[in-house]
Amino acid sequence: MAASLRSVFHPCLMVIASMFALAQSPTASFAAPRVTEFKLDNGMQVVVIPDTRSPVVTHMVWYKVGAADEPKGVSGIAHFLEHLMFKSTENIPSGEFSKIVSRLGGQDNAFTGHDVTSYFQRISKDRLRKVMEMEADRMANLKLVDKEVLTERDVILEERRSRIENNPAAILDEQMDASLYLHHPYGVPVIGWEHEMAQLSREHAMNFYERYYAPNNAILVVAGDVTPEEVKNHAVETFGKLPANPAAPRAARPADPPQRVARRVMLEDPRAGKASIHRDYLVPAYATAAPLEAEALDLLAKIALDGPTSRLYKKLVVEEKVASSTGGSYMGSGLDSGKFSLYAVAADGTDLTKVESAMDAVLAEVAANGVTAAELERAKNGYVAEYIYENDNQASLARRFGWGLSLGRSIAQIESWPDEIRKVSLDDVKSAAAKYIDARRSVTGLLKPLKAPLAEANPAKSRS
Amino acid sequence: MMTRNAAARSHALDRQRSTLYRLIIALPLLLAALFLLASNRPAEAMQIKSVKSPGGIEAWLVEDHSNPMMAMRFSFEGGSAQDPSGKEGLSNFVSSMLDEGAGKLDAAAFQERLEDLAIRLSFSDTQDAFYGNFETLTANREEGAELLRLAINEPRFEKDAAERIRQQILASLVYAAKDPDRVASQEWFALAFGDHAYGRRSSGTEASVAAITPADLAAYRNKVFARSNLRIVAVGDITEADLGKLLDKVFGALPEKAELVPVPQVAPVTGGKTKIIEMDVPQSVAVFGFGAMPRKDPDFLTAFVLNQLIGGGGFASRLMEEVREKRGLAYSVYSYLQPMRNASIFSGGVATRNDAVKTSIELIREELEKVATEGPNEAEFANAKSYLTGSYALRFDTNVKIATQLLGLMEEGYGPDYVEKRNALIDAITLDDAKRVAKRLLDTGNMIVTIVGKPETPVAGDKG
Repeated sequence: MAASLRSVFHPCLMVIASMFALAQSPTASFAAPRVTEFKLDNGMQVVVIPDTRSPVVTHMVWYKVGAADEPKGVSGIAHFLEHLMFKSTENIPSGEFSKIVSRLGGQDNAFTGHDVTSYFQRISKDRLRKVMEMEADRMANLKLVDKEVLTERDVILEERRSRIENNPAAILDEQMDASLYLHHPYGVPVIGWEHEMAQLSREHAMNFYERYYAPNNAILVVAGDVTPEEVKNHAVETFGKLPANPAAPRAARPADPPQRVARRVMLEDPRAGKASIHRDYLVPAYATAAPLEAEALDLLAKIALDGPTSRLYKKLVVEEKVASSTGGSYMGSGLDSGKFSLYAVAADGTDLTKVESAMDAVLAEVAANGVTAAELERAKNGYVAEYIYENDNQASLARRFGWGLSLGRSIAQIESWPDEIRKVSLDDVKSAAAKYIDARRSVTGLLKPLKAPLAEANPAKSRS
Repeated sequence: MMTRNAAARSHALDRQRSTLYRLIIALPLLLAALFLLASNRPAEAMQIKSVKSPGGIEAWLVEDHSNPMMAMRFSFEGGSAQDPSGKEGLSNFVSSMLDEGAGKLDAAAFQERLEDLAIRLSFSDTQDAFYGNFETLTANREEGAELLRLAINEPRFEKDAAERIRQQILASLVYAAKDPDRVASQEWFALAFGDHAYGRRSSGTEASVAAITPADLAAYRNKVFARSNLRIVAVGDITEADLGKLLDKVFGALPEKAELVPVPQVAPVTGGKTKIIEMDVPQSVAVFGFGAMPRKDPDFLTAFVLNQLIGGGGFASRLMEEVREKRGLAYSVYSYLQPMRNASIFSGGVATRNDAVKTSIELIREELEKVATEGPNEAEFANAKSYLTGSYALRFDTNVKIATQLLGLMEEGYGPDYVEKRNALIDAITLDDAKRVAKRLLDTGNMIVTIVGKPETPVAGDKG
């Protein structure tokens, strides 16, 4: 349990591991999954990943749209629409979608990020056709009634309370993102700002749906005990019947101006637990980086920040004992930029200033002198192995390819990731560190516990 | 990323909160994992062999050579219920110390070696057992097994490492004390089980963790790590002969008999209690529950089906329908059935804004009473069964999932053939059984509720 505090489990980290992992190594004597790709006449991209070990399939539809594509002032609509997609269509009565899947012995869910929105079912292979029909149906025939929309809006407001308002670390994280991005919409939380969420309407949702949800803006991924021919036949007869919408592909987002000033935010909160320091740097993503730059950042993060063998942990926790735990990661799975993040939880009685100095010393050291050959080799092995382990899990494979393709990467690019990782040199890592560990591109967040006030004036009720 | 369903919450959070969050969410998920056992794969492909090493160590083996890797899960009966009074958290402490140096390797050397070989090695505990999870690529299996052998047989429990881990555990306790989900759950168990081992905090208190010495760690290992209480499942790319050698190497030197302190049977306190723990958060978190029948009770599986339609089945369950879908009162509402070795509970939770949480709890209570008096309706009962049988195969589609499922069965005293029989057992449950067991199970008069937050009494008619 305590060990889990060492490393931050980050959604994007998971995705990175999923999407960019693959192996070409001493252990790569076995075949990577044979991925097949084709396109329907209406422009829908299809990917099939065979895995015959178990008679089940993972069926995913990825829309190339996310929270960063929302109109200004309507934050949260991408995620809200994702919830509303489970309401009703011409053919499926209200609230029945998940119940039908469940009756068929399947599991379903969906998720929204800044760049993608994805819906999936995991189900017995003989039910694949049925869920493809249902998914195709709601791509074109969503029906929303006001009452359901309003009730669901209360649900997302509760979701926001669970995820953000009840959790000072999440509040700080949200404020850090808002500071890190000067202009780009990654600064707006995926779930939305509360005051805008409270105003979201059926019309907002339908506008977003009609604009972006179309087969030519979506990717179908099927992993599991199924052949490409079967998937093709089903896809032609389901998704293939839907018309393309030439207007569906998203527009470019506003770019950040050059970042010139280091930013700092601080949250003092009686619920904060321990004092901690967090730092994010704006860096390129795989989709925007020069060759091997993103791979170098991935390796740098693993060596410098990730886990008990990292530079950060060794210096702050083991040697200087100024922190009780540390962690960090590179999030390279964004469409427009990436983030290089780290944190440390202060040891008892240690001031955050001291923790920050130690943290900065670790970063300055790798920026000035790079990492060692042994560290680099270990980090490469680790990533390559993660990729191999992932071949055991069809749901992870579906996610790897779905996410990568949604960002415009090719199957070949996704599959060659381990080769690229292998190519990264000590100099590549050192240059990436020197170039991107730049305070001007960063925001630092301090989270400090505060003794609760003795008697608090009756705060305004959030809702009544 | 945001997701629609709380079941996926563990993938979608950030910063150190997420690791803490996972621990809470892990409970219902773990249970789901343990009790939803699979249908198709067993019948079609999966062959479970009961094997015995040359040295006499027994295990279950599922051979699958399609990927060059294997997973092994094992457990020592014992867990935190074995923690001596005043040393609560000992078992948890041990679980964080086994990779902090063993044999001739100090902590850093051991962890670097694990990373060099890309071995996944982790330990955890519940009230009743201490778990090990080992994954390796085939190429590194020999060396991986040696590291595992060292971790289990020759952990160093050095003072410096112990202090480091102690600080991490203490920090995690501080976070837990500020986390409404954790507090609600801990308080529920404390209220339900009082002084019994199940009522204690399994990760300990500040005082008990401070009192734990390296000698205590060693004593726990000496008493709990033995062959008599050891259960093992291996899945993946390993033959019976190779597994035999591995088992002897890793576990062969353990003492024959564990020295376990007997843990008395216990039931949650009766009388129906509600406890409110004030915390300044906008959303209250509530946990509810009462005693249930043990795993080996003839009615258990029927209760399991009932739980599915009450609150274990996501959107196909009554609590989700009443609390979330109809009224928008929560993002997350669920129930689960948890049979521990010495007690069994039906429990659940909900999180709702402060001014409506009592409405949510009343709705839950009413729904449970309704199921108790009227029983489930025919359609929902049939649907719950068809989900449970139809989705069984989804529990067996990766090495780790298979190992986890089978270990759960083994711990409950079932043979490998249970996997083949399980769906027929569920199919045989009748609506009359369900009605009868609903009355027996849903003991709302003895419902224990803990609420963390600033709950307000709902205004009349707020049930909407």
